[in-house]
Amino acid sequence: MSGPDTALPDTALVVDLWRGDAGGGGLVRYRVPVDPGQTILDVLTWVQRHAEPGLAYRFACRVGMCGSCAVMVNGVPRWACRTRAIPVARQGRLEIRPLRHFPVIRDLVVDFEAFFARWRRALGRFAPASPPPDALAVIAPDAPDRQLVDAAIECIGCGICLAACDSVGANPDYLGPAALNRAWAAVNDRRDDTKGHLRAAARDGGAHACHAQGSCCRFCPVGRDPAGAISGLKRHLVVAALKGRL
Amino acid sequence: MTEFRLFLIQRITSGLLLLMGAVHLVVLLVAMQAPLSAAAILARTHASPFWPAFYAVFAITAATHAALGLRVIAREWLGWRGTAWGIGLWTVLVAVGLRAAWIIA
Repeated sequence: MSGPDTALPDTALVVDLWRGDAGGGGLVRYRVPVDPGQTILDVLTWVQRHAEPGLAYRFACRVGMCGSCAVMVNGVPRWACRTRAIPVARQGRLEIRPLRHFPVIRDLVVDFEAFFARWRRALGRFAPASPPPDALAVIAPDAPDRQLVDAAIECIGCGICLAACDSVGANPDYLGPAALNRAWAAVNDRRDDTKGHLRAAARDGGAHACHAQGSCCRFCPVGRDPAGAISGLKRHLVVAALKGRL
Repeated sequence: MTEFRLFLIQRITSGLLLLMGAVHLVVLLVAMQAPLSAAAILARTHASPFWPAFYAVFAITAATHAALGLRVIAREWLGWRGTAWGIGLWTVLVAVGLRAAWIIA
């Protein structure tokens, strides 16, 4: 064993779970048997099956694809299904809370409505040019713009970047990393009419509200680069503004 | 004025500050290498309209950049959403800077 933080607890993890609803709540302590290799999702499932049947938490795929199980673990946003409990425990303790910057519905379940409202405000979707071209666009997989789209498009919508972002905490109007990352994918799609995305990113709370701290990239579980996407949007916005095209 | 325009102004002023700051540093080094006395420096700035004009623009640029940056910090850390104090701060910084430029004119 390399130190107290990584030492395997003898028999049980001490798990402090936030329980409550939109009106408030607090931490409740459970002791969960150690099972080497168990994930945070396994810990939550054990609590629900053996100690607290009423515990509310969210998951679907269990394999890191659906993006529904993210929670705060010892102050860090993580996907529960792919996070092993022992390596992230501190001296055998886990503190599990609902995602930061999201309204709580109950226990660890948060409301994603405001998260997806940000995507809508950022025009975080494909917006085809009008009228449509006569022929289908042929885009080579190794074309530079296609590579930029690939890098941005594989977001699983877990909300971890929004929870990690201090700019969102300081400025609730800010669209946030996920929505702007999706808009950046559309800006680089040559079939897209990019103006709408740039105008949306120039509104109050748009790309310029990012302070480039990079927490979104640090904690993104699927290795996306929202900070790079937002920097790209800023560059496009500055050039478009100076050319009078916004 | 929209937030994005203020952001754009801050970006433009940061670029100008980089250039003008570099010129200012070179002038400082030249004056120290010469070496020039304070009286000799003032004699030169009095003789040419370029340097007072340069430092007037420098002061306005720095005042604008600083006021915009402090405005964002105050909004996010202190929750000050109003505009009056930011305009007041900008006015004070510009006045102080222009006074300095006026003295060397």
